[in-house]
Amino acid sequence: MLAPPSPVTVEIIVNGTPRRACVEPRTTLVDFLREHLGLTGTHIGCEHGICGACSVLLEGEPVRACCLFALQVEGLSVTTVEGLAPARGELSRLQNAFCEAHALQCGYCTPGMLIACHDLLARNPRPSEEEIREAIGGNLCRCTGYQQIVDAVKLASGQEAAHG
Amino acid sequence: MAEPPRFRYIGQHRRAVEHRRFVTGQGRYAADIALPGLLHVAIVASPHASARILSVDASAALALPGVHAVLTGEDLQPEIEPMLPGVDAPEVRRFPLARDVVRYAGEWVAAVVADSRAIAEDAAELVEVDYAPSPHVVDPEAAIAPGAPLVHPMRGSNVIFRREFVWGPVEEDFAAAAHRLSYRVRWGRSATVPIETFVCTAAWNDATNLLDVWASIQMPKFPDLLARCLRLPGNAVRVHFDVDVGGSYGVKRGLKHAILVGFLARQLGRPVRFLEDRLENMRGGDMQGPDRLFDVTLAFDDKGVIRSMRMRALDDVGAYAGRSPFQLGKPVGAIVGPYTIHSVAYEAISVLTNKTPQEAVRGFGQAPTNYAIETGLDKVARFLGLDRIELRRRNLIPPERFPYLIPSGTLYDSGDYARVLDKALAAAPYAELLRQREALRAQGRLAGIGVSTCLEPSGGNSSFEPLFNPKNTTTTWMDSCLIRVDLNGAVTAVMATSSSGQAHETLVSTVVGEVLQREPDSIRVIHADSLSALPSNSPVGSRMAIMLGGAAAGAAKRIRAKMLRIAAHNLGVAEEALEWREGAAVLRADPTRALSWARLVEIAHREFHNLPPGMEPGLQESFVWEVPGGGGLPTPDGRIQMYPCHSFEAHVVLASVDPETGKVALHRYVVGHDCGVMISPDVVHGMTYGGVAHGLGAALMEKFAYSPEGQLLSGSLMDYLLPSAQEVPPITIVDHCTPSPLTEFGQKGSGEAGYLGGPAAIASAINDALAPLGAALDALPMTPAAIWRTLRAAQMARAATESTREPT
Ligand code: FES
Ligand code: FES
Repeated sequence: MLAPPSPVTVEIIVNGTPRRACVEPRTTLVDFLREHLGLTGTHIGCEHGICGACSVLLEGEPVRACCLFALQVEGLSVTTVEGLAPARGELSRLQNAFCEAHALQCGYCTPGMLIACHDLLARNPRPSEEEIREAIGGNLCRCTGYQQIVDAVKLASGQEAAHG
Repeated sequence: MAEPPRFRYIGQHRRAVEHRRFVTGQGRYAADIALPGLLHVAIVASPHASARILSVDASAALALPGVHAVLTGEDLQPEIEPMLPGVDAPEVRRFPLARDVVRYAGEWVAAVVADSRAIAEDAAELVEVDYAPSPHVVDPEAAIAPGAPLVHPMRGSNVIFRREFVWGPVEEDFAAAAHRLSYRVRWGRSATVPIETFVCTAAWNDATNLLDVWASIQMPKFPDLLARCLRLPGNAVRVHFDVDVGGSYGVKRGLKHAILVGFLARQLGRPVRFLEDRLENMRGGDMQGPDRLFDVTLAFDDKGVIRSMRMRALDDVGAYAGRSPFQLGKPVGAIVGPYTIHSVAYEAISVLTNKTPQEAVRGFGQAPTNYAIETGLDKVARFLGLDRIELRRRNLIPPERFPYLIPSGTLYDSGDYARVLDKALAAAPYAELLRQREALRAQGRLAGIGVSTCLEPSGGNSSFEPLFNPKNTTTTWMDSCLIRVDLNGAVTAVMATSSSGQAHETLVSTVVGEVLQREPDSIRVIHADSLSALPSNSPVGSRMAIMLGGAAAGAAKRIRAKMLRIAAHNLGVAEEALEWREGAAVLRADPTRALSWARLVEIAHREFHNLPPGMEPGLQESFVWEVPGGGGLPTPDGRIQMYPCHSFEAHVVLASVDPETGKVALHRYVVGHDCGVMISPDVVHGMTYGGVAHGLGAALMEKFAYSPEGQLLSGSLMDYLLPSAQEVPPITIVDHCTPSPLTEFGQKGSGEAGYLGGPAAIASAINDALAPLGAALDALPMTPAAIWRTLRAAQMARAATESTREPT
């Protein structure tokens, strides 16, 4: 018989606020965020590192929250989609551009896409179409065909979208 | 042709109202429903394609702390009703959990319920099931051969549906034709594979006898079927349609999931959630798509005008069936594509195999059929030495012939096919594609141009039900909308289904805003639950712009009519003397005499003494709309009006193939698209881009591959490849508008746009690239390995011919 693993307390700084919960050691970061902190903006699509729906920023770098244990990021700083807007009721430039360019449909991949694009713009304020496609190459979207996501990133970076 | 009518809100760029919650992480998906005391389900699945279940031992699983129950098919089946197929095959009974026999690898055998998903999964591994493997069949042609192992022995055959239709003088047309050409194409087993898997959460209340269900569902008649299978009255099941669904495109029909979860919630008296993991979704989730072999013969004259077609379609529906055999029925409504083909013989065969069951996929079977027809057009062109585009021009239904009755009984409402093709070619531009093709060829790549011209039937009714099952007399497939104007004058519209990315709240508020001339952003749209909802048949068959849009317009017009009546009564004028302007009733002859929106609302809600005699107080109206042109049963020879509206798409693609690896690159992609009046152009364009990407996947990458032993080989996103932003090229959409005469604003449907013609066009481009080497490939997906094998075979064949020539 397997002995139930004893729970551990994990503290992570999520969207600027230290958050703690007592969880099984094998709890993934995405389950920690969703099930224990109630931050359901981060989604799960495959739980094996392919789809990117679970992307969050860890110390400013995009990571797949399904492939990390919460315990591994103890004490580190995580940004989720809920933390992208500058203030409650407002939208970031990128979120705004996603709405304007219709860069989403069902919205399921959107949090991960926003994380990937946010990271891209932080590194490269005026990315080319190719650079955008490369940056979101690890985030699958089944709705949009990516076109309007590319348009949104261009819009957010002050560039004309190439397509009508 | 008349200019399309102009609108105030319809057809304008408008931000989808749904977006704001999604970009801030505030969507509410089925997995986000947190209920106190929630339990979680994990599945024990069959490792065998076909076996007898000898025993199930759950004792070790039940002993694990945190485990609440292990349910087997033996426990469950006697307590519920089976899910039956839509066709007349009552022997093919399907339950959420297998009992005695398993019929595919991945079939659910037991369900474990525990405090967490992780514990449930641990426990599932401890459930010991003894199986005795039995003979299986995974190939559809083998399945119909004599002596094949029977998937459902009670059925006596693996054929779950077969019918041969003859529409028009096929024999005569074939006899009179100068040429005939036969070919076989294969559409591979792929599906829509949404990024969100299927999720269902349910809670039972002992005091109210009510089962609450939150599911990522996109399914007609889901609440009724769920209640029936659980042996509950319909009013004991409340399906909440206000959950956001993370994509579906047809497949999210988790009836068996919901039966299981609903049963468990009731049995345990605790809320229960089942969240499929990715393997479960791909394997036991029963959401794979059409898997079809087409044998086609075309009869045509020297000019390439196709007179008649014989088509046999053999579709592998897997081990059980719900509506999947109907996916051979829907294409009956566009069986000649956009062409003037005069007669058709169509044999539709649905066959059972020991594979994961098939579910509805975007287009409901039309994309494979379109691919089969378009492949034939290219072959005829090649046979006659004609240009493929010119050949299409000779066969396209000309605009003056609409409405156009096709041999199988459907009237196409409107279209201007050659014009849309021309627009796509001009946008490419085609001359430039020809030049680029030569340039690529000069670089040593294999390069080709692809073209397809395809129909998108829309406004989904369910006419294929009576067509494929004489015991089924369904002739209505209505949708509805309820609109309320509150005492403060705000408008709320209630729709009766969940949405999976189609921006229905945007659609409804735009339409209602248009009719009432109120700012659409001020109108709230809510999703009812199944007990407070009017009837709906869910967003299938590209129907919502037509059906929900039509119902919303109908209800809004009733509100407007009522307000005009109130105004006429209060102004002492005839209703006809009034007009509706800026949300107010205005006397046409003297615009200073008017009643404002606020005043009319006040009268309706508070001043019975100012209402016309006999009028019901308040401001609320509903409208239930029947699919236009629907309502009839098929003729004995199987003619029927299928979907009412017909959108059209013309794809033009430039592709190249690396001759060393078989890898394909798409260099230019243009779609000409006509779906009538677009209510929300951004939404239509988005679906079209997404449909092209999905079509690219079906054409080049995606396949549920099976081993000869019946094991699924592509059950993760590492083996089942979805196109990423690096595979999907930039896409240019060129709009055209031929309004539908059948709908409120001239709109047609577009939810399947891009997908219905994309695979055909990409396959056309690849075959154009392979043709100079004498190679051809007529099976999807055209993976690098498949292309490489085709090239290699052509090379060997050439070498063989050369060596046989040598001695002379
Ligand atoms: S859920 Fe983490 S990558 Fe798919
Ligand atoms: S918006 Fe639906 S998966 Fe990307």
